[in-house]
Amino acid sequence: MFSLIESFRSAIISVKAHGFRSFLTTLGIIIGVASTIAVVSVIQGLSYSINQQFEGFGSNSISIRSFTPRSERMKGKIARITPEDVEMIRKQAEGVEYITPTLQSNIGGTSAIKYKGNQAFANVAGTTYTYQDVQNLDMKYGRFLSYSDNQSRRKVTVIGDKLREELSLPENPVGSFIYFAGEWLKVIGLTEPKGSFFGFSQDNFAILPYSTMQGLNGNLLEPDIFLQLQLKSLENLDSIKDKLKRIIRKQHHLKPDEDDDFKIETPEQLTSGISQVISTMTIVLGGIVSISLIVGGIGIMNIMLVSVTERTREIGICKAIGAKRHHILLQFLIEAVVLSLLGGIIGIIIGYGLGVLAAASIPNFPPANVPLWAVGIAFGFSAFVGIIFGILPAAKAANLDPIDALRYE
Amino acid sequence: MGLIRLDSICKYYSMGDQTVKALDHINLSIAKNEYVAFIGSSGSGKSTMMNILGCLDKPTEGDYFLNEKEVAKLNQNQLADIRNQEIGFIFQSFNLLPRASALHNVMLPLVYKGIGLADRKKQAVEALEKVNLADRMDHIPSQLSGGQRQRVAIARALVTKPSILLADEPTGNLDTQTTQDIMALFDELHNEGQTIIMVTHEDDVARHCQRVIRLSDGKVVEDYYNENKEALHV
Ligand SMILES: Nc1ncnc2c1ncn2[C@@H]1O[C@H](COP(=O)(O)OP(=O)(O)OP(=O)(O)O)[C@@H](O)[C@H]1O
Ligand SMILES: [Mg+2]
Repeated sequence: MFSLIESFRSAIISVKAHGFRSFLTTLGIIIGVASTIAVVSVIQGLSYSINQQFEGFGSNSISIRSFTPRSERMKGKIARITPEDVEMIRKQAEGVEYITPTLQSNIGGTSAIKYKGNQAFANVAGTTYTYQDVQNLDMKYGRFLSYSDNQSRRKVTVIGDKLREELSLPENPVGSFIYFAGEWLKVIGLTEPKGSFFGFSQDNFAILPYSTMQGLNGNLLEPDIFLQLQLKSLENLDSIKDKLKRIIRKQHHLKPDEDDDFKIETPEQLTSGISQVISTMTIVLGGIVSISLIVGGIGIMNIMLVSVTERTREIGICKAIGAKRHHILLQFLIEAVVLSLLGGIIGIIIGYGLGVLAAASIPNFPPANVPLWAVGIAFGFSAFVGIIFGILPAAKAANLDPIDALRYE
Repeated sequence: MGLIRLDSICKYYSMGDQTVKALDHINLSIAKNEYVAFIGSSGSGKSTMMNILGCLDKPTEGDYFLNEKEVAKLNQNQLADIRNQEIGFIFQSFNLLPRASALHNVMLPLVYKGIGLADRKKQAVEALEKVNLADRMDHIPSQLSGGQRQRVAIARALVTKPSILLADEPTGNLDTQTTQDIMALFDELHNEGQTIIMVTHEDDVARHCQRVIRLSDGKVVEDYYNENKEALHV
């Protein structure tokens, strides 16, 4: 125990005594760790923000959307999820807590939203009060849609901050009226801004009660509904999915040989593609890192061997006054570990700086994020490298014969 | 009984086809509290003798008993313990750690002995006071004079309270005045009961010792007691 603390002390003295050389020695480790941390921080920032996008889906929710297979599209058919489908699902599906239908406007593309001579185009959707939870929306002003808004088809709307800006609505737009598709809608709430994702603003929308939206859409076109189903539990996910599939297939009169004209997606499916890319990148990265750390480790071993030779006489002195093998071994081993850890720490700091810099210099890129595990691994790996590559020089030092070491010139 | 007993000790070095007999069948016994000087011409085997006595080197042949223990039968770690606790070694070239302060140099043997920091510091300061260097303990060796460095080395040798002090030409690199100071210190230590064995070239230095052993070509050719010294200590 004493010797451990003592070894640390003398290791630090010796690292300090050779300041510049120590720095050059650790450069390999510094570069290896720094580049890893930089890349990991950027990737993690990316995956963190991607995950946030899907967080709203909740872990036990699934979504249903219409999907027109290529072959059908050729024939000019367009698949839809209709209000009747929703009704049937509501009646027959089991294990569903609540359903959040979202009705995209099919006039939104052509019909502008107006306010006092300003006009803007936004994503207009009709939905129910459960949408707030599902999408993780926080209110900045006012309130979200309520159950009764839908029941009594109120002409109200909740808007995002981007739309508010475009229309030059007041900072707190609650109580203002905006004009859309031939109707005046009262603004009852403004959501907390979510910022942009890959350059697309997530705050350019207006949300209406589902029933109001149906009325607005009129009978112009058949509506297509996007459904989010909150499940009671994930336990019977597969059987619930099967059941839903059967209900919709029956509703759509699909023959057994016809493909589904809809898609049932779980949040895992949505994120799995992205996380696969990320994990592949991480593995490739891991390979590069281990190579660079090995190179760094060889650098340390080289200098430690030189150091042992340089200090042969000192080792002889220590042995002459009673140092045992393990004292010398520990001293040199700890010196190697101190060197590599030092490199690791400097590398982590530089890498983080690089990551932040890189993320900041790419427009609309999510901020860098260094997870604790990456720091831990970088730290652990540098210590490991120190031990692996320090053991040979340390053993060489410890095995020196006292009298030979003392005679060494 | 003898603190040290050498039984037909030989040390041979083979250089190519010829063998150098650095020590050639030495029989010797040194008792506790003796004050011994090895003298002899250069190459006569004095340093070889000291290295073997200090358990730094092993004889080619013969038995060495230290405190009734047969040194040849001890393993590496036991030898390290002996060097640490039974023997204080003083070198002609001081052999201090260049980057460590005087205090740390003196504390080092106690680190290997496993003494806690507080005690270690206390004992090291005591040893430095003993050699009159308490006011220089934060200096590193390069900031000290030759005589001061040798006194740090003596403090380091004394700090574990060894049974034997071994000194290989401790005054070889020092001027006459400093040599006198160091020898006065040795005399004082001897009077306090310390067993001292040293190697010297100088007659002045040898005169301080009780017993003088002359080596020549690895053999003991003379072994006598200094008249006046002996009288002093009877
Ligand atoms: N490592 C070695 N390899 C070969 N020969 C050696 C070695 N060490 C000592 N010798 C030889 O052994 C003999 C005794 O050497 P030693 O160092 O004991 O002499 P010394 O009496 O201390 O001389 P000095 O007064 O010059 O220090 C010498 O002839 C020397 O050449
Ligand atoms: Mg000699």
